[in-house]
Parts: sequence; C-alpha cells; structure tokens
Amino acid sequence: MKRTTLILMALVVIFFALSWIFKAMAFKGVEEHYILQGFLVTLAAFLTLSIMSFLYKDNPFYKFAEHLFVGISAAFWMSMGFWSTIVGNLFPRLSEGMSNFFKVHYIPGDYNFFFYVPVILGILLLMRLSRNYGWISRWSLAFIVGTTAGLNFIRYLRSDFINQVSSTFVPLLVDWQGIGHFFSSLNLSASGQFIMMLANWVIFLGVMCGIIYFFFSKEHTGLFGRASRVGIWILMITFGASFGYTVMGRISLLVGRITFLFRDWLGLNI
Amino acid sequence: MKRQIPIFLVFVFGVFMVFQYFSPHEASEWIYKFLMDWIYIIGIFAMALGIWSLIHVSYDKIKHKRHDWGYSVVTLAALFTMMFFGITGFNENGEWGFYFMTQEGLTNPMFRNFFNHILVPIETTMFSLLAFFIASAAYRAFRARNVLATMLLVSALIVMLRFNPYFGDTFGFYMNKTAAWLLNVPNMAAKRAILIGIGLGMVGTALKVILGIERGYMGKG
Repeated sequence: MKRTTLILMALVVIFFALSWIFKAMAFKGVEEHYILQGFLVTLAAFLTLSIMSFLYKDNPFYKFAEHLFVGISAAFWMSMGFWSTIVGNLFPRLSEGMSNFFKVHYIPGDYNFFFYVPVILGILLLMRLSRNYGWISRWSLAFIVGTTAGLNFIRYLRSDFINQVSSTFVPLLVDWQGIGHFFSSLNLSASGQFIMMLANWVIFLGVMCGIIYFFFSKEHTGLFGRASRVGIWILMITFGASFGYTVMGRISLLVGRITFLFRDWLGLNI
Repeated sequence: MKRQIPIFLVFVFGVFMVFQYFSPHEASEWIYKFLMDWIYIIGIFAMALGIWSLIHVSYDKIKHKRHDWGYSVVTLAALFTMMFFGITGFNENGEWGFYFMTQEGLTNPMFRNFFNHILVPIETTMFSLLAFFIASAAYRAFRARNVLATMLLVSALIVMLRFNPYFGDTFGFYMNKTAAWLLNVPNMAAKRAILIGIGLGMVGTALKVILGIERGYMGKG
C-alpha cells in the first residue's frame, strides 16, 4: 500500500474517532448508552460516506462497506429465516422437546409427520456439498423448481395475461348519450366524459399498438407498421415517465441520507 | 437415475400445482398448503447452503492470500458477529445465553443496532447513488434529437417536476394532473402490453420446465 494511502486512511480513522467522542459527548445525559450510541451514529455516517465515495472511483472504503454489507445481510436473513420459519413454524409442528428448548408454543394437535419431508429434502439439498453425492440435491431442487413452475404457470396466466387482457377491453364510449350531448357537456375535468373516453381509447389503442410493436413475425410495414409506430410512441412516453418516477424515488433516498448526515450526525438543523 | 428422477419430480409437482388450481377439493387445497410450507422450509436450507458457500469462498481467499483477501476477513467477521447476535443475547433474567425470538421479533439490541446502523445506511445509500448515475446518463442521453427522444424527455420532465414548489398553485396543479394522467393512462397501456408479453413468456418457460425441455436447473453432470 502506498504511503499516501496509509496517511489518508489514518486521517480518516482519526477524524471518525473524534466524531465518536463528540457524538458520545452530545448524547451524554440524553441516551443511556451514550458511548455506544455515539459509535453507532458515527459508524452509520462513515458507511454512508464510504458508499458515496464510489462516485469518485472504486476505493478501499467502498470495498470495506460493500464486504461488510454482504456479511451482515447474509447473517441477518439467515437469522430471521431460522427464527421465523424453522423455530416459529417447523418445530411447533414436529417436536415438543425442540419447541420447549426454543420457548415456542407447542400445540399437540398441530403435530404433523409430513413436516419431516421438507427437513429430509432440505438435508438432501445440503448434499450438494458432497463431491460424490451432489446429484442427490437435484431431488430437492426438482421439488422447488416443479412446484414453482406449476405455480407460475397459473399465476402469470391469470395476473399477467387474462387479467391484463380483460382490463384492456374497456368501454370506448363512456356514458354515451349522443353526439349532441357529448359536445354540449364537453369539459376537461378528470371525471368528465371526454377525459374518461380519451383514457380508455389511449389504453385500448396503446396496448394493441404496444403488442404490435413487440410482434416480430410480420414485417412492420403499411397499417401494421403505422400501428407499431404508435406503439413505440406510447413506449417512449412510458419509459420517460418510469425514468422520472425512478429518479424521484432515488432522490428521496438521497435526501434521506443527506438529512441523516447533516441532522443526525453533524447536528446541523438546516 | 441422476437426471430422470428430478425430471419426473418436476413433472409431477408442476402438473399437480397446475391441476390443484382447477380442483377446489379440500384434499387438493390441503396438499397445496403443505407444499407451500415445505418450500419455505427447504428455502432456509438453501440459504444455509449459500452461507456455507460464502464462508468457503471467503476462507479460500484468505487462505491463499488472493487479491483483496483482507476484505474477506471483513465479510466473515461481519457474518459471524451478526449471527452471534442473532442467536444469543440477554434473556429476561438478564443472563447471557441463547436469545429467543419474542412476539416483537428479534429484539436483541445489538442485532437491531447492526440492522439500523449498518444494513440500512449502506442499502439506502447504494440505492440513492443511482440518482447520480441516472442524472449522468440523462445528461448524455436526453437530447431532443427526434420525435421519440423528445417524447421521452418531455414525459420524464413532467413526472420529475410535478412537485416543484416554484411553479405556483395553478401551473403546479396542472403539472401534477398531467403527470398523474401520464402515469395512469399511457404508462399503464405500455406496461400492460409488456406484462402480456411477460405473462406469455413465463407460461411458456414454466411449460418447458414442467415438460422437461428446460433442464438448466440441474447443472452439469
């Protein structure tokens, strides 16, 4: 490691050590564990700035935070899964002894022998670690893949196909009482007849033209080509709107982190 | 044996899950509920397998002092520390020992502190970084060169500027209304077209898996 890098790291360590001391002093009298609280707020600020340092370029602070995140999140999800699924749902149905050990309520009526099957399948899954018997883990995997494929078949057919198609076929003439009535009551209110009809037309034609754009088995020429052209317009508006929506979401997260740094860490009420 | 049994199991469970939807019989629903619980339980074992893999890869990197091996020490230290706090802690009598999940969840103070002061800051900052990259990409890509690019630019600007307080009440009101209309109408139409495509694609893929045409999940050997 270069000397300048070491000096820089030492400076960063000193800076955050000072921050810890000042934060602990600020928390004294307010928090019971003020030294720990000071450390945690300083740590959160350090990690926030470490991740932000990636904007400059990949660096040791970013890598440190990244690897820390991997370890912490893996253990977090494992612990949560263990307590909620294995201890919370499996043991009370399998063993009174294990339920008592983990202090979860054992209901004798809930005992079910069939819950040994996923445990066996789970153990078979761990056989993947064996060089010679790794192929046995495919049985458990086959169960998960088969069940999920069957579930997805129905789920996507219903929600992403049938429901979407049926929602597309909306009335194109909303509350139609003749052309005279339509023009005499023309207004731009959201609940008005014109705007509702416009929305339904855009939805119906938008979906049709969007699908035509993605249909590559026929050359996009003539009327088909024009419909495909309208489809790409609708898609461009969508991509723009989705882009704007995503930006707003990310900016709000950034505002949250900046607020944390200025208010919670530096104590500046701006 | 090594490949036939998994293909058979995938077919049986896949077909069962499809048919149980059409048979609202008590027995069918009972088995369905069972299978759903089983997936979660096996999932925990799969997670354990993943963690073992993480430990193995990190340990291997440290053992052979591979490039950036020091960061693997950080990963392992973080993993074991968080796991330690996940299963141990002070019990209700103030004694250190196995920590047990309560009605409120895992309330071990250090487990919570690590979640709130390490996991959440890193995660949210990583997501917020995307704002900078999007802004940078937008600067390069958002040029009103043709009609399509202009449509993209205008709709993005309307959605982004809809809450701008400097627009005033009247203009801000219409801006907000236009953005809401863009999100609810043309946006929904295009997303629906995409969803229909996704739905058909997923159904096709699920069929290929159930019928044993797609076997990528088995790996080699």
